[in-house]
Amino acid sequence: MGYTRREFIRIAGAGAGAAAAGSGLASRWWGADGDPVPDPGTDGDKVVPSFCELCFWKCGILCHVKDGRVTKIVGNPKHPLSRGRLCPRGTGGTGLLYDPDRLKKPLVRANGRGGQSFREVEWSEALDRVADGLKGLREKYGPESLALYTHGYGGSWFKHLLRAYGSANVAAPSYAQCRGPREAGFRLTFGQGVGSPENTDMENARCITLLGSHLGENMHNTQVQDFALALSRGAGLVVVDPRFSVAAGKADHWLPIKPGTDLALLLAWIHVLLAEGLYDRDYVDKYAVGLDKLREHVADKTPEWAYTATTIPPEKIVATARFLAGARPASLVHPGRHVTWYGDDTQRTRAIAILNALLGSWGRRGGFFLPAQLPLPKYPYTHYGTEPKPPADAAKGRVYPFADETIASGVCDASIPGTADYDIKGWLVYGTNLLLALPEPEKTRKAIQALDLIVAIDVLPAEITGWADVVLPEATYLERCDELDAPPWRVPFAAVRQPVVEPMYDSKPGWWIARELAHRIGLADYFPWKDSVEYAMQRAHAAGLDCDAMRRDGVVVGAPAAVTIEDGVEPVFDTPSGKIELYSQPLADAGFDPLPNFTPPEEPPPGMFRLLFGRSPVHTFGRTTNNRFLSEVASTNELWLNRRAADELGLADGEQVVVVNQDEVRSEPLALRATQRIRSDCAYMVHGYGHDAPGLRFARGRGANDTRLVTRTKIDPLMGGTGMNVNFVRVERRQP
Amino acid sequence: MTVDTRLCVACKACVLACKAENAVPDGFCRDWLVEETRGEFPDLHAQNRSERCNHCSEPPCVDACPTGASHVAGGGAVLVTHDKCTGCKACIAACPYDARYVHPQGWVDKCTFCLHRARRGEKPACVSVCPTFCLEFGDLADPDSDVSRRLRERRYKVLHPETGCGPNVYFLE
Ligand code: SF4
Ligand code: SF4
Ligand code: SF4
Repeated sequence: MGYTRREFIRIAGAGAGAAAAGSGLASRWWGADGDPVPDPGTDGDKVVPSFCELCFWKCGILCHVKDGRVTKIVGNPKHPLSRGRLCPRGTGGTGLLYDPDRLKKPLVRANGRGGQSFREVEWSEALDRVADGLKGLREKYGPESLALYTHGYGGSWFKHLLRAYGSANVAAPSYAQCRGPREAGFRLTFGQGVGSPENTDMENARCITLLGSHLGENMHNTQVQDFALALSRGAGLVVVDPRFSVAAGKADHWLPIKPGTDLALLLAWIHVLLAEGLYDRDYVDKYAVGLDKLREHVADKTPEWAYTATTIPPEKIVATARFLAGARPASLVHPGRHVTWYGDDTQRTRAIAILNALLGSWGRRGGFFLPAQLPLPKYPYTHYGTEPKPPADAAKGRVYPFADETIASGVCDASIPGTADYDIKGWLVYGTNLLLALPEPEKTRKAIQALDLIVAIDVLPAEITGWADVVLPEATYLERCDELDAPPWRVPFAAVRQPVVEPMYDSKPGWWIARELAHRIGLADYFPWKDSVEYAMQRAHAAGLDCDAMRRDGVVVGAPAAVTIEDGVEPVFDTPSGKIELYSQPLADAGFDPLPNFTPPEEPPPGMFRLLFGRSPVHTFGRTTNNRFLSEVASTNELWLNRRAADELGLADGEQVVVVNQDEVRSEPLALRATQRIRSDCAYMVHGYGHDAPGLRFARGRGANDTRLVTRTKIDPLMGGTGMNVNFVRVERRQP
Repeated sequence: MTVDTRLCVACKACVLACKAENAVPDGFCRDWLVEETRGEFPDLHAQNRSERCNHCSEPPCVDACPTGASHVAGGGAVLVTHDKCTGCKACIAACPYDARYVHPQGWVDKCTFCLHRARRGEKPACVSVCPTFCLEFGDLADPDSDVSRRLRERRYKVLHPETGCGPNVYFLE
């Protein structure tokens, strides 16, 4: 029966292969196979290139279509962000496209807001209702009373609509609830943020330092590829995390830091670099200001001082500081991504920026590259007219001087009448599940109840759609063409998202919805194009790009650009001094610490744990947890608790528990993961589970919703970010 | 096949890509992740392994199969001929790696090393998708292949060597 081992060797050695050819894979091994595997038949009769939107990284994809159905989605080898590979979510686009719970028809609310009772209507009726509402707001309160929340690339059409309408209240929780502080911190220091995709040159780094950022679990395709490439080339890795993350499992040094004390560690590292003269003297002399003040500032921030706060032994702090410095300038201290933790987050990311400056990594190979971008002229739209009023995104009289985007939570607050400079009275909510995305969901509900109009544009019946007056079902990213994507990156490129299949049900692409609304409220001039393909190709054409190649390949890649000092680029620092600002005069002038100071965070009360949360590589927050395909490998979250701490509570690994926060808010039940992989003063769960929207028939009731437990935040006074790691919980056995 | 456990982040892209490529039915998979942690806080060691059929050189499943459906194909891959398989599960009991399952259509299914792709010169779906480049596939008998090179350069282990079935998936440490 079959072949023996000996025969296998003989065949393998015989060089009998003929079938396989090309691609360097030609081989005797399977070429000798006379008994082929039946082809599963998932190759498409048509392959459409596009870019992904399971998260916001926008990797290039190739979509196989057979008999009108998308059979599989694979990475586009020509696209610089995917390089032919995908993260787990990228493959799972079909789970969104064919989600049986998708919104299928426009809906109009039938009774009280939040009552979840809707009537299906035709598009004309739904659009008329929204248009009447928009006209009403404009007449009654002025156009600035309308806000747009948006997360997702199709949101660009609604941003344009809002500007044409006359409102600057365009916000995404991805700023003040996520990456905002690091943008502010890096901008203050280097004159520019790191953006998304980040300009980290991890691939070429010789040492990578991660603070709380759990790459691999937090999955952005290119970033994880670069991380793996660096590790495979022998790069050192330092991971600072109270949890033994996947990345920590690969680290040369894992520092299980006490949560909330990273800034103390950073200051001590800076101290060691300066005290031992390990920093990049030439680089700092040439590019930076404020070294003397910094030196004075950290003189007493010794490793011994940091030890008390962080619980990291001084000798370990010294050793890791030397380790980081040994690899400079290709020593990258990663700025993180979700960094709204403790309310002093801009100052913490300032310290990260300062540390990178001392390592000389900004603008250097293996540090931060200076990104290149394809110049893509804007569509020649009619001028928007008068400047809109500044956004109402802070309480009356309150200013966040270093915010460079609108604060989503602030706009929400401004919808509670009388609290901000003017009231927000209407919301367009594009693909943003605010009840899970904003902290303090009670406040969000209160704001919603005070609105004149709330419209949700979404693919799935997420919680927020249950609160809308009108729900507009959008086509998925596989059924529409959006704005071109040409971000600043290591190589300049421009990618196109094109429809792979026709929109299912009665869903419509975002561009169509925005255009129809514009036509109904007297803004037709702002939408002169026939459809988004015409728009996108107009822009590509104006940039001199080959439109046919773009549609055929999904992407046009420009000539390799010089992106580092080693390549010959001179960095430009858009700061008042024109230099890297170790000491920040703008911060001093605004009454803030010009150099970062550490304040110890509040301790958890006895018997309680600090609640921390993070990401699963398979999900993009709550947006994908209803995706049945993805959920085959990640269908719920667990509560991570130190095993000894669990033992002391008499709780066993795997049993169902309930998490109760300091304000007696109780979570949905979830399984306990009693593990060695976390400190005993904190608890951890993956964000995005615990849906209660009735329409999310798969995700509903799976796992626990951490957002509900975030009833307190600490606001970053510099840019308005909502620090969310300031909640404490106790853990109870689930009562039967 | 080689799996570089130092690079693998246990993201499961390989599992999902395999399911999509091979139209693996809901609720089943041909590859899976094992995340192992050893030690006590804070002295911990982790290993992530993307596991699948080992295409053993002395495959016990093939010996156990009464119909000849499970066989070693030319080149050494262990395969199941669908229309010869009666779904008796003898092979499932014999496999030390729990690599097989009964397909809802009645035959036993498992990893095929994506030979349908290999014959076109393409790497398996799991290898192609992996964002950490930790999987590699090729000809172990060819000293110049990427798998041979990786095995020369790195320490590695196979799973359950004690069974003597000669597994052909190597885990680099
Ligand atoms: S990182 Fe993953 S989900 Fe995000 S765009 Fe890329 S493939 Fe899609
Ligand atoms: S895709 Fe690669 S990194 Fe992800 S789990 Fe599989 S083998 Fe590991
Ligand atoms: S080689 Fe093919 S069949 Fe085997 S696990 Fe990988 S993708 Fe699945």
